[in-house]
Amino acid sequence: MAVRKPPITTREYWAPGHAACAGCGPAIVMRLATKAFSEAMEAKYGDPNAFAIAHATGCMEVVSGVFPYTAWKAPWIHVAFENAGAVASGIDAAWKKLGRKGKILAIGGDGGTADIGIQALSGMLERRHNVVYLMYDNEAYMNTGIQRSSSTPYGAWTTTSPPGKYSIGEDKPKKWVALIAAAHQVPYVATASIGDPYDFYRKMKKAASVDGPAFVQVLAPCVPGWRTPPEKTVELAKLAIETGLWPLFEIENGDFHNIKFQRFPKDGKFKKPIEDYLRLQGRFKHLFKKPESIEELKRQIKEVWRILGKEVELL
Amino acid sequence: MPMRKVMKGNEAAAWAAKLAKPKVVAAFPITPSTLVPEKISEFVADGEMDAEFIKVESEHSAISACVGASAAGVRAFTATASQGLALMHEILFIAAGMRLPIVMAIGNRSLSAPINIWNDWQDTISERDTGWMQFYAENNQEALDLILIAFKVAEDERVLLPAMVGFDAFILTHTVEPVEIPDQEVVDEFLGEYVPKHAYLDPARPITQGALGFPAHYMEARYTVWQAMENARKVIKEVFDEFEKKFGRKYHMIEEYRTEDAEVILLTMGSLAGTLKEFIDKKREEGVKIGAAKMTVYRPFPIEEIRALAKKTKVLAILEKNISFGIGGAVYTDVSRALVNEKEKPIILDFIIGLGGRDVTFEQLEEVVEISKKALEGEKVEEVNWIGLRKEIL
Ligand SMILES: Cc1ncc(C[n+]2csc(CCOP(=O)(O)OP(=O)(O)O)c2C)c(N)n1
Ligand code: SF4
Repeated sequence: MAVRKPPITTREYWAPGHAACAGCGPAIVMRLATKAFSEAMEAKYGDPNAFAIAHATGCMEVVSGVFPYTAWKAPWIHVAFENAGAVASGIDAAWKKLGRKGKILAIGGDGGTADIGIQALSGMLERRHNVVYLMYDNEAYMNTGIQRSSSTPYGAWTTTSPPGKYSIGEDKPKKWVALIAAAHQVPYVATASIGDPYDFYRKMKKAASVDGPAFVQVLAPCVPGWRTPPEKTVELAKLAIETGLWPLFEIENGDFHNIKFQRFPKDGKFKKPIEDYLRLQGRFKHLFKKPESIEELKRQIKEVWRILGKEVELL
Repeated sequence: MPMRKVMKGNEAAAWAAKLAKPKVVAAFPITPSTLVPEKISEFVADGEMDAEFIKVESEHSAISACVGASAAGVRAFTATASQGLALMHEILFIAAGMRLPIVMAIGNRSLSAPINIWNDWQDTISERDTGWMQFYAENNQEALDLILIAFKVAEDERVLLPAMVGFDAFILTHTVEPVEIPDQEVVDEFLGEYVPKHAYLDPARPITQGALGFPAHYMEARYTVWQAMENARKVIKEVFDEFEKKFGRKYHMIEEYRTEDAEVILLTMGSLAGTLKEFIDKKREEGVKIGAAKMTVYRPFPIEEIRALAKKTKVLAILEKNISFGIGGAVYTDVSRALVNEKEKPIILDFIIGLGGRDVTFEQLEEVVEISKKALEGEKVEEVNWIGLRKEIL
């Protein structure tokens, strides 16, 4: 009987025994991303292990590398919060000189990428290092206990954007780092969500296969940060796509005129109301008392779609 | 045959980097060190240097890239000064804590505010607690030599700590002097290839670097940095000896100048030592029993050598181009630590001098001697003295 090859590799680089919360979205990212990387490295260099990881400070770094343990079955380094892009640049340069074949995977949260690390990220992309930068977007600083980042969406509660008499919660639109990355005209930029793991997997493989830099921004819900039950993580990440709140796209070489979309409804009308997504999360609870705030969030999301070249309808 | 060339301090540093053959150089321009990366890019462009030169977007990324490269197992070099070094501050601790033998050239320059591009040592002195070794050059030859020495010490398995080599802004960085460039083969013999056993990012042997240290382990990790710095004292002396054998120039933790029967010894670092030597000659001609001492290595602090020096004098006057607000000069406090439990010790006086590129003149040095003499005669004087202040504009 023919044995079907598993759709994704059974090799593991993110070992069980890390200290992430039950239902942690970013932990799923770590596992899938490294698997995808290994498949790409196998295809490209004939060696599934031909990569190293440079990690920014943040939740995933802290839960995975507690001395004397490690969750990493790949060469891994953490240096600081804001410099994953620069550290990866140094490793890339060293590997070039050592004649070592392979690619570097830089990983940062939304804080370590959209805020404090954006300079090092930009430098790394602009210099065309052979690095994939993976931004796992849990939409706040989780490691320090849920403070807003520039990637926190409008209306969300965090400890530094608390809703109150004079506040709706986070009051600025989300910063879309993927668009900033694409402006560097690097070979490959994509957004993804763990709500569509195969799409994410394919994009990570693609990112790892191109020559030069690539950037992937993946939505990954955080249980305590979003105030959600652990079993809802993947469902939420899926709803973000289905409601239109999380555009899935790929931009190659900064060509904004030829953006490829995934899971985009043919008629531009998203079939599920965004309230389905918001209602499941404690961080948006207060919005339901102010329906106009939900309208504002919709307006902002439609605007992002418009920038991407799509007129959409959100329910 | 070694070649003699007339060159600026910055060029000497770039030549040292070329001779040391780092595989990765990452740097960002800042006055007065800009010429170092410029010269290195020329070497690389002309194929005279086989390094990856990363033109980073900031000093923070320069040192971060060096950490990445060094952690991947290669020799790494950078250069900066002043605000650039301050921007690296956070990562300097990490480089030392991860035991990465990166070497960095510093054109010693003041810190803002007010912004000032000229020489003092506030930049490197402010980084003295990061776990980096610190060397200070008196002239351009020393800038070149000490960078080679720094690599050798840093990469020694008993040490494995990063090192910075300071040479004074403009006084050295931009001043031409004859410098002997050693033969590449001899430097190769001296340094050898860097092959670390503790830091490599090799898929064939995956390791985790830069993990989180809980209270159960953190102190021990920091203690090993302390131990490494203690080991460095011995290793530096060995390397100084080996350097002399190979290249004929002798270095000391503290170099003494006419200290025999001195009643006052002026202790300093960097290019000021050159000025002092001339001044001492003049004073000796006048029959004043005075000597000078130059500290070449500031971290690890040469405690034993300071004690030996202190035995030779009645007043130890420290001349330093830096200030730790609220206490005095950093070297002064360090020297005090070295001598605090000695039974017999000289009077120790501190002189803050030449900040932000102010010329250190013989008149100022006379003032230092005057104050020292007063102390010698039992008069009460200030412990910390600012020399050459323009009181009329205060
Ligand atoms: C220079 C610096 N500033 C602040 C911190 C504290 N800090 C560590 S992780 C973190 C937030 C990380 O947020 P993010 O990158 O979004 O990752 P997450 O924790 O959400 O996974 C902060 C503020 C730090 N380590 N270094
Ligand atoms: S706090 Fe959030 S990101 Fe951190 S481990 Fe828990 S679920 Fe994951």
